[in-house]
Amino acid sequence: MTTTLEPSAPKLEAGLASVAQDVVHRAMKGGATAAECVVREGDEFSTVVRLGQVETLKESGSRAIGVRVFFGQRSASTYSSDFSAAGIERMLKSALELAKICSEDPYAGIPEAAKLGSLSGDLHLYHEDVYSLPGPERIEYARRAEKAAMDADPRIKNSEGGSFDAASGRKVLANSHGFVGEYRRSYCSVSAVPIAQDENGGMQRDYWYSVARSLAKLDSAEQVGKEAARRTLRRLGARKVKTAHVPVVLDPMVSRSMLEHIFEGVNGDSVYRGASFLAGKLGEKIAGANVNVIDDGTMSGGFGTTPFDGEGIPTRRTVVIENGILKSYLLNTYTAKKLGMETTANASRGLAGTPGIGPGNYFLEPGTKSPKQIIAAIKDGLYVTEFLGHGANLVTGDYSRGASGMWIVNGELAYPVEEITVAGNLKEMFCNISEIGSDLEFRGSVASPTIRMDGLTIGGE
Amino acid sequence: MVTGHTGHTANQERFFFEHYGLTNQDLENYLAAALSAGGDYADLYFEYLTSTSLMVDESLVKSASQGISAGCGVRVVSGERTGYAYTDDLSPQRILHAARTAALIASAPAKTTVVGFQQKPARSLYPVTLPSVDADITAKVELLMRGDKTARGYDSRIKEVRANYSDELRNILVVGSDGTFAEDSQPLARMNVSCIAKTETSSGRGTSGGGGRVALDFFFGEKTPEFFAKEAARQAILQLDAREAPAGDMEVVLGPGWPGVLLHEAVGHGLEADFNRKKTSAFAGLIGKRVASEKCTVVDNGTMPWRRGSLNVDDEGQPTQETVLIENGILKGYLSDKLSSKLMGLADTGNGRRESYEHIPMPRMTNTYMLAGQDDPGDIIRSVKNGVYAVNFGGGQVDITNGKFVFSASEAYLIEDGKITAPIKGATLIGNGPDVLTRVSMVGNDLKLDEGVGTCGKDGQAVPVGVGIPTIKIDRMTVGGTAKREPGGFMQ
Repeated sequence: MTTTLEPSAPKLEAGLASVAQDVVHRAMKGGATAAECVVREGDEFSTVVRLGQVETLKESGSRAIGVRVFFGQRSASTYSSDFSAAGIERMLKSALELAKICSEDPYAGIPEAAKLGSLSGDLHLYHEDVYSLPGPERIEYARRAEKAAMDADPRIKNSEGGSFDAASGRKVLANSHGFVGEYRRSYCSVSAVPIAQDENGGMQRDYWYSVARSLAKLDSAEQVGKEAARRTLRRLGARKVKTAHVPVVLDPMVSRSMLEHIFEGVNGDSVYRGASFLAGKLGEKIAGANVNVIDDGTMSGGFGTTPFDGEGIPTRRTVVIENGILKSYLLNTYTAKKLGMETTANASRGLAGTPGIGPGNYFLEPGTKSPKQIIAAIKDGLYVTEFLGHGANLVTGDYSRGASGMWIVNGELAYPVEEITVAGNLKEMFCNISEIGSDLEFRGSVASPTIRMDGLTIGGE
Repeated sequence: MVTGHTGHTANQERFFFEHYGLTNQDLENYLAAALSAGGDYADLYFEYLTSTSLMVDESLVKSASQGISAGCGVRVVSGERTGYAYTDDLSPQRILHAARTAALIASAPAKTTVVGFQQKPARSLYPVTLPSVDADITAKVELLMRGDKTARGYDSRIKEVRANYSDELRNILVVGSDGTFAEDSQPLARMNVSCIAKTETSSGRGTSGGGGRVALDFFFGEKTPEFFAKEAARQAILQLDAREAPAGDMEVVLGPGWPGVLLHEAVGHGLEADFNRKKTSAFAGLIGKRVASEKCTVVDNGTMPWRRGSLNVDDEGQPTQETVLIENGILKGYLSDKLSSKLMGLADTGNGRRESYEHIPMPRMTNTYMLAGQDDPGDIIRSVKNGVYAVNFGGGQVDITNGKFVFSASEAYLIEDGKITAPIKGATLIGNGPDVLTRVSMVGNDLKLDEGVGTCGKDGQAVPVGVGIPTIKIDRMTVGGTAKREPGGFMQ
């Protein structure tokens, strides 16, 4: 590997924004009463190094275009990877035909013109440096992450590898109110997945990673490898425990799943359909007074930051839960209209279909105690480092998932445990968040510090 | 040279030659570029995918979309290394660029490439004359409206209904430097109904769906919207009165069909050859060893007509087959793709699959199920003093290295003194893959495959799969409920 590569997708001559505007224009000429076009273009690089040797190397780029058209209150969408004149014509034609079979929905439509716009200034979402490393050094980054994990302890004898990824993407949105917006985002990550083996032959695997929008902010390969080794080694010799009712502490890697459940619960789509146990609870206490949950699509350099949402509305900061009181749902234009509210600029737009709802930078505000202090206060309890499965029912709040982690004895992490379940009901679980750690760190658009929950059932022997 | 015949309908055969003007000479040139830096093997995967998706919510057709995506992925294998690049532009210049990019994985003199392609005879497991993507869209809307109506009419406590329909037609061409040449045209259709039931004090949800590599007429004949709607509504209503599920180790009986997701998670993934080649699976080195009770025989079978997990050829051009994984409790084999079969000296079982042209193929399951046994399902229930009878599941997950797996029951009942009693709330079941099947003490004579809804995720790639199982009894498994248990019964 001595060659660096040329950009792998040819750039459009006219630029993506004018392609999108042209599609909107042609949809309107074709009889649409409103139209919206999205164009995505991206490049990806990834490599996995396993046991010191390159295992995979992938590099490519792609792009796609999607259009949503309205005939009054009827709408339909189509998409294509074919940017030729014939390909775009075919996409438009089928959108206009498809809309005819859809129902009149009084709430359907693109946002009012006055609401459209884009945050100004540099949001620091794109950094050229993710592609600055020559090919061999990217491989070296992955190799070093794996090596640091393998060198950490003789019990680490195998590995699923170290990896390095870099990607960048450009997104354009245009609609028939004259909105046109565009942004670029970059991303890079390094990870290691070591496998440790104990004297009885039992194997355990865990992982660690660092992710950033800029290569300059990425953790070193050695830091990532060492942490992956630490997380893997502590699982060796894991045992089952007896069924118990004890306090549970969630590591940030798993506590963020609780934030995801809250997100699903306040998602306008679930709310208007009554498919969430949080529907109709606005202004009510749904969590402990220590719980504050924020969604903020505007944070500089954030993983969930965009200058405008999937419908072209400037992103904003929304307080979802304040001192345990549900203050706001998270909405797009459609679900806001259904509920008689204002959109919170959380529309997420894929290539096809109606816009969904996605988080900005969505997080639980940190408390003051360190994870160590939270664990130190527990005599007998469970520290969860991994959940398995998808056992949360947002309609009823019923919750039951597989888990593994460490057993807490007299304030210390005493021994690893596995093949157990954690069960309860989310309605009570959110009210029983008795401690919130100070260790908030964004490793994606959803983040939570360490939390302690009481009143859960641990299922075991 | 292309030889051999497939049973495909005439209009799909030679799809890429007709639509993109590809010639055998082009393919040879692309493969030569892929092997220009050495490399042991190279292949090209051309894909042209058309898809439709419809949703009815609140009895309105709220969403309709259609799309086309096309591209070509180029893979170069050199020893254990894989180089991969793809393009969504099928012009010769872009494919050659992708080929040269993928070629960089190797560093040796150029290889002479293939001199002739050989098309192996393949099955015709899903010979639809009119793929559903080309069928009249109003007929698809009608399916959803019928589902919506039936679910709403089922019970006044059904408050919300959402019905979805999606279909696709995937045309593929795979050519390899070993002479591989395979074309296929793969239809896939699915419909789904989900319901929410409510009373003043309680709520429940239910979902049901099905499909396969079928034409639209499947939903007008074998499995109607009414069938799925009633099933979804029944589950939602049942949940209104569900009791707390028990917690801890107990006897578990799985009903037939979709609960076969147990096999997918507990043993299927752990038997994928890549994990065993790398010795990262809890099943590594266990071939010939007992991993299940002698009543258990588990197979993966990609050759079942019309099934969601079936394929005429896998995504490396290899015909699919029936592979015995566990025979009378003894571990017999792995699921392999080209790379692992070559490196491990095993036969290629035709399990090399990928999500799309953007993805590197790897060993994946097709339809995975346990063969029927001798026991009467009623006898199985009657043999249980205190346990759980689980008949419907959400998804599952496995850690292949330590073997721990979960699957989440969405419809389950208590068994008390040999009788099915109260419905219980959804609960996760957790176990250890290499030994859970050793505790299977009874296997029913009622093997059933699922309705055709499964999607399996591995390494970020989703592919359609099938599962199946007869009624089975597992002597001990951990149930993740919330109810406290007392000796001799469950306290509520």
